[in-house]
Formats: sequence, structure tokens, C-alpha cells
Amino acid sequence: MAEKKVYSKLGEMLAKGEFILTGELEPEKTCDLSHTIQEAKEMAPYVVAANVTDSPLGIVTINSLAASHIIQKEANIEVIWQLTVRDVNKLGIAGMIMGGHALGLRNILSLTGDHPNMGDMPESKPVFDLDSATLCMLVREMVDKGTINGYEIESPPKFHVGAAANPNSNPMEAEVLKIGRKVEAGCEFIQTQVAYDLEKTIEFLTALKKYNIPVLLGIFPMKSYAMAKGFDTFVPGVDVPKDILAKWKSIKNDYKTDKSKQKEMYDQANYEFFNPFITELKKKELLGGVHCMAVHYPRIFPKLIEVIKD
Amino acid sequence: MIVTTKKDFEEIEDALKSYNNIMLIYCGTCSVTSQCSDEKSVNEMLENLKNAGKNVVYHQEFKEPCDFRQDLQDWRNVPQEALDKVDAFLILSCGAGLQAMLDLFDRKKIVKPIFIGLNTHGIAETERIGRFHVKCAGCGDCLLNYTGGICPVTSCAKGLMNGPCGGQLDGKCEVGKYEKDCGWILIYERLKKIGRLDLFGQLRPAFNWADRGHQKSVVFR
Repeated sequence: MAEKKVYSKLGEMLAKGEFILTGELEPEKTCDLSHTIQEAKEMAPYVVAANVTDSPLGIVTINSLAASHIIQKEANIEVIWQLTVRDVNKLGIAGMIMGGHALGLRNILSLTGDHPNMGDMPESKPVFDLDSATLCMLVREMVDKGTINGYEIESPPKFHVGAAANPNSNPMEAEVLKIGRKVEAGCEFIQTQVAYDLEKTIEFLTALKKYNIPVLLGIFPMKSYAMAKGFDTFVPGVDVPKDILAKWKSIKNDYKTDKSKQKEMYDQANYEFFNPFITELKKKELLGGVHCMAVHYPRIFPKLIEVIKD
Repeated sequence: MIVTTKKDFEEIEDALKSYNNIMLIYCGTCSVTSQCSDEKSVNEMLENLKNAGKNVVYHQEFKEPCDFRQDLQDWRNVPQEALDKVDAFLILSCGAGLQAMLDLFDRKKIVKPIFIGLNTHGIAETERIGRFHVKCAGCGDCLLNYTGGICPVTSCAKGLMNGPCGGQLDGKCEVGKYEKDCGWILIYERLKKIGRLDLFGQLRPAFNWADRGHQKSVVFR
């Protein structure tokens, strides 16, 4: 069998079958990335790479290609460039992929993207010329064959491409079959939506085993009770378990006057929840790694890396 | 059928503001079913035009304005004296109806403006009068054989070839606050019911827009 080509640190870790921790950065509606760069610097020592989001929820932010390049360069962190098919047609995306390579990016997460209707520019035309699977196909053609639509690229791009999955999806079978299509399209790794339900996650990951693809489980360590409550209330399809909410609430109330102790307690509580959760999945050999979406909570990474190493 | 709805009269009045003598033409087929060119709607339009100070010189139903052959026949009933007087035409039909009338005008050497009174939504199923569901986008490359007969272009908010996306929750779509069904879950359920989930697992290529074309005509003879 031909040796798997490696274009990035993430690609190297995937090829070696090592357990991977990735992070997530959400650039905002700004031209100044200094806050995101700072956050990236704080998480850089702990993660293999960090995703840079592409106008999530359809809310316009700085372009993810530009942000990915700047963050990778300024924060010395490897980036997984989130590329949605929402805003640009196939022709435009092919150009962006070459541009992304020229700007030093080597990992793409192929996403459909939230519909413009959800965000702050609902009158915008939803493009969706490709979908997340056909974007994987396009990347594979450009990288592996060095062509676009059969036309030769003088100097082709080099990328690893991943895709998303949702362990909370109902009906699960439809989601599993869809992942099968993404794998067939050439996707090399999966990062999942946030999971809290261990039993359901085991069922989902077990169903994905047949595809023999590394799955990085999405987790969302919660910085505060407000964050946990907000996540539970506003993120569709994700229910934060009631005992977690109760625990986070008690930390909020019990350490009102000692903010430093409160932070420490939140960090510890996250560790105590996610450690057995991830350990159990690792033990069952269902995970290729963890994708931590603790946006604006980089101080959790030193704690989290203990979980990964365990 | 082609489903239409009425434009706000203010918009029509604005389009007609430079014209006083109006001829009203209305569809006798789909727009009647849409209750946009039935007797009540026509009377309402005549009343609105009168109240707006317009002089309706003539009005007539055209059986199927989108059918040029039928238009040639219906045109025979339009009196010459009304044509001499008219400043502009207003038609209650779908967009194809108006544009077929333009071809008729060219044939008849009529150089006068024609305005539309309806909005066209698409090729629809009639559940009952007042409930229509757009089912077909007229892509020219029908995918229904792969999707259990449910169209991903009209039923999926993103028109995806490989769905569902991450925006579905318990079979409902993120667009419209989870009130509408996810088209791809409908496809999944249908294919499961008929024992063809093998089709659901198939990777579909991106839609080929090269053949979509513009000013498209279907000519086979």
C-alpha cells in the first residue's frame, strides 16, 4: 500500500495513528485579530492544530482564509481552515484552495455552513454549489491528481481534508450513512459536534468504526455557569446534563466572593466530567482524538492535556 | 401547476403611474386555481384600478397565457378600438404567461408596455385551494430516481446533493426555526420505507450548472 502523504503536523499525527487534541478559534466581526491570536498562543503548546471558523451561525465575521493565515503566522499554531460551501461557488472555492495553500495552510475542515437565513445577513444568496462531501471530492482531486475538473494545476495544493459529524443526530442511521459518503469522497478525519451523552456517543462511534477513519470527539468545557446554561438553552440539539448544570450553578454561588477559586473549581469540574468520559471512549478504541471547542477558555488546555495523556 | 400570489396593489399602482388607459388580461388556468385571476380577484383588481383613477378600457380572460397558440386564438376577441385606446397592459398570470404575451405582441406589432400583477413561486402541488406546495425547481436533470421521489432541490433549504447537513434536528430544518421538515430526512425515511437505503448511501456529484443555461428552450422538433 502506498504510504500516506503528509502535508502537516495534523496529517503526520493522523498517519501515525496518534491521539490528537485540536482546539477552536472563532474570529469575530473585526479586522483586528489580536484577541484571537492571543488565545491561539495560549492554546498552541497543547494542541496539534486549531480550527478557525467560517462565519458560524451565518453571522458575518472576518473571512476564515485570511484569519487562518494570519493566526497561523502570528501565533505559531497550525490551523485547520474551516471552509464552508455556503458563500462561494465551486469555481471560487477551487481558487480559494490554491490561495490557501499559497498562504501556508495545509488542513481544511469541509463544512456545509449554517444557512444565511440564520444569521445577520439573511437576505444574502445561499450558494451551496457544493456540499461538504463534494468539497472533499474537489480537494482530493486538486491534491491527489493535481487537476481541477480534469484541467492541470501547474503547482497543485497540498491539503488534508476533514469533515464534521453529529453524534446527537436523530435519526442516527441517516447521519452514519452520510459520513460514509464523506469518507468515500476522500475525507481523512472527522471532528464531531459537541457530545455529552456517553451511551449515545458510544453507539455513534461504534457505528462509524466500519469507515476506519479517525474521529475527534467534540467537547465543550464550560468556563462558567452562564456559559453552560447558555449552551444548553441556545445550541439546538445539545442538552447539557442536568447534574452538570447543577454543579456549575453551585460553583457560581459558592465562590461568589473568590473569583480565583471559582475559576479553579470550574476547571476542576470540567476535568472531573470529561476525564472519565474520554477515558471510557479511549478504552473502547473509538476515538482518534478530541476536538475542544472551548472558545475564549484557553486556560482549560493544560488541564485537558492531562485527560488526553491519561 | 404554477402557483402565484397577488402583488400588493401599491406596487402595481407604482408600475402603472404613467399610464391611464389600462387593458387587464387574466389567466384562465393556474392563476385561477391560485385564486389570483378568478372572478372575485378580477373584480377586486378592476375596483382597485378604478379607485386609483385608472380607466380600464377592456378586460378579458386568456385561457392559458403561457401558451402562444392559445394566445393567438384569444387575441381575436380583443376589440381594435380598445387597442387604439390602451396605454398599458396589466396581466394576472405567472411570469411565463406575461412573456408569452410579449411574443404575441411582437407578432401583432404592438409596442406598448405590459405589467404583471402576480408573483410566481414555482411548480407546485395543489393540496387544496389555498394550500400549494412548491415541489419542482425545473432543474432539467431530475434526481427523483435517487431520492425516493422527494426532490432535494426544493425540499432542502440548501438544495444539497448529499444531505442532511448539521442543521437538522430530530428531522426538522434549522431554516425557519425547526418548524419545517428536513428534506433529506424525508428522503431517508422514504428510501428506508421502500427498502432502498442503498441509494441514500450513494455519493452524489455536485449539480452540473453547465447545462442549466439561460434563455433555455426545449426544442425537439
